[in-house]
Amino acid sequence: MPAFNTFARLLLRLAPERSCACNIIGRIAAIEVIGLQREFKGGVKAVDGIDLEVASGEVFGFLGPNGAGKTTTVRMLVTLLRPTGGHAHVAGFDVADEPAQVRRRIGVALQDAALDPLMTGSELIELQATLHGIAPHTFRTRGAELIERVGLSQAADRRVGTYSGGMRRRLDLAMALIHAPEVLFLDEPTTGLDPTSRLTLWDEVRRLRDEGTTVFLTTQYLEEADQLADRLGIIAAGRIVAGGTPAALKSEIGTPHLDLVLTDRSDLRRAREVVAGFGDQRPATDGCHLSIGLAHGAADIAPILRALDDAGFAVAELELKQPTLDDVFLAKTGEHLEGAAEAEPEPELV
Amino acid sequence: MTAATVALARRALRNSFRRPQFLAPLVLFPTMFLAVNVGGLERTTSLAGFPQVDGFLDFQLAAAITQSLLLGGVSAGIAAALDIEGGFFDRLAASPTPRLAIVLGRLLAASVIAALQVVYFLVLGAIFGASVKGGVLGVLCVLAIGVVAGTGFGALGVMIALRARSASTVQGIFPLVFVVLFVSTAFFPANLLSPPADVVAAYNPLSYIADGLRQPIAFGNALEPLLEALAAAAGVAIAATSLSVLALRGRLRQA
Repeated sequence: MPAFNTFARLLLRLAPERSCACNIIGRIAAIEVIGLQREFKGGVKAVDGIDLEVASGEVFGFLGPNGAGKTTTVRMLVTLLRPTGGHAHVAGFDVADEPAQVRRRIGVALQDAALDPLMTGSELIELQATLHGIAPHTFRTRGAELIERVGLSQAADRRVGTYSGGMRRRLDLAMALIHAPEVLFLDEPTTGLDPTSRLTLWDEVRRLRDEGTTVFLTTQYLEEADQLADRLGIIAAGRIVAGGTPAALKSEIGTPHLDLVLTDRSDLRRAREVVAGFGDQRPATDGCHLSIGLAHGAADIAPILRALDDAGFAVAELELKQPTLDDVFLAKTGEHLEGAAEAEPEPELV
Repeated sequence: MTAATVALARRALRNSFRRPQFLAPLVLFPTMFLAVNVGGLERTTSLAGFPQVDGFLDFQLAAAITQSLLLGGVSAGIAAALDIEGGFFDRLAASPTPRLAIVLGRLLAASVIAALQVVYFLVLGAIFGASVKGGVLGVLCVLAIGVVAGTGFGALGVMIALRARSASTVQGIFPLVFVVLFVSTAFFPANLLSPPADVVAAYNPLSYIADGLRQPIAFGNALEPLLEALAAAAGVAIAATSLSVLALRGRLRQA
């Protein structure tokens, strides 16, 4: 089968309009990762043998807490970091052996949009286009289109140093798209943004998906992954702990859970004993005292409340929650996902 | 490659002019130094063994140009280090930009700034009475030596930036510029230097560069010092550019 993959890649290289690799079942794969590793000095394994496959035209969400290995993975896939083990192909080319080919086919918007604050938006677009070998008459038209598309027409001739965080991210996205890349890497594109800017970027990602661009999106936001990703890979401590569509992952976890806030939290240990027979208890999320998985869904609520009442516990608040990606993360790692809570929004400058 | 080099050079130049706090010291500091030296040490020209010159300004102009070009190298290094610190270098590295263009673009900008520095000091000298004895050809010689030397100093700055990856470290070499300059013949002729400065100056490429810059300004055109200066400047430029390309490769390999 590896021989088939190599043969397929050779064939596809002869037909540049379809330069993606085929996987072993013949489906077009924009990104193929097998046993990818990155070990840093001191033996720290930031990425510890991950396998991934991203189909052409899909939005793949790469979800994980800070320090899980998301950015290290992206940096390897965009050729900024050499893998210390395993293989990765992007747009049909090996990131370690054919980095120049990979760079021609990818768009990259890294975490902390690295934009020159002394340049204007238009100048940066022009520079990026030149570096991609795009002819001036082409990039002027395309650059203007992209700037308009990301809503920066009014600010295009202002220096980037005067832009807000959201505007920088949008410009970064426009720059990443200037050469119409086959695969677009977005590394935590909405971290630290205000809700409006976040929604604008989400719309743009959806539009890119509709246009057939493959998007590799890393995020620490559950909602973002849930909203945008066709499929997800969840990474923790450098390993992939779960993968699939958001719906499949949540249904894998199965049951909803009941979050309870008690009026008196002085004897939570006894309260847990009271509800022990009704379902598996989970680490309580922020703001609640008990969290119980409900094997029979909402039908379990009344018996639990009665049992607590009989034992002398009064319930101040309760909430029935359907499985979320945080539950998936919890089920796979035993911990809640950091960053599930919203980051402090950054004010948008006008 | 050429388009990318020119685009990156244009960016570096544009940024230099948009960051006057980096550009101004390249000429202001040597100008002040020149004013203090010429104003306070004019009688140096009366010392036995001091070459025959119309005035101390004619002699010191080359020192100011050399000093300015060295500061230009520090400035190019700081700008390159800021690109690394700010992540712009990663943006370039993740694009299909030819690797060599990342260094050459910066050096092309350094050479243009070097030409402007030379012109500034020649005009300043002319305003205060120091005409170039070598005429138009002499001016062209000074420009040529200045541009090649400025490119070399820029390459040294870029090399240090690629190794250190920190603007503050590159800034830290600023005092070293003066040490290296003072143990050359930039400020005083070789025969008036005491040991061991005279020995160090004999091996210091800055001596040959400063003497070559000085020749057409203070004495008129003469082939030997001009060729020596060009050779020294080209040697610095070739060696430093090679080292900075190696540093770039090392940095990309470490990634």
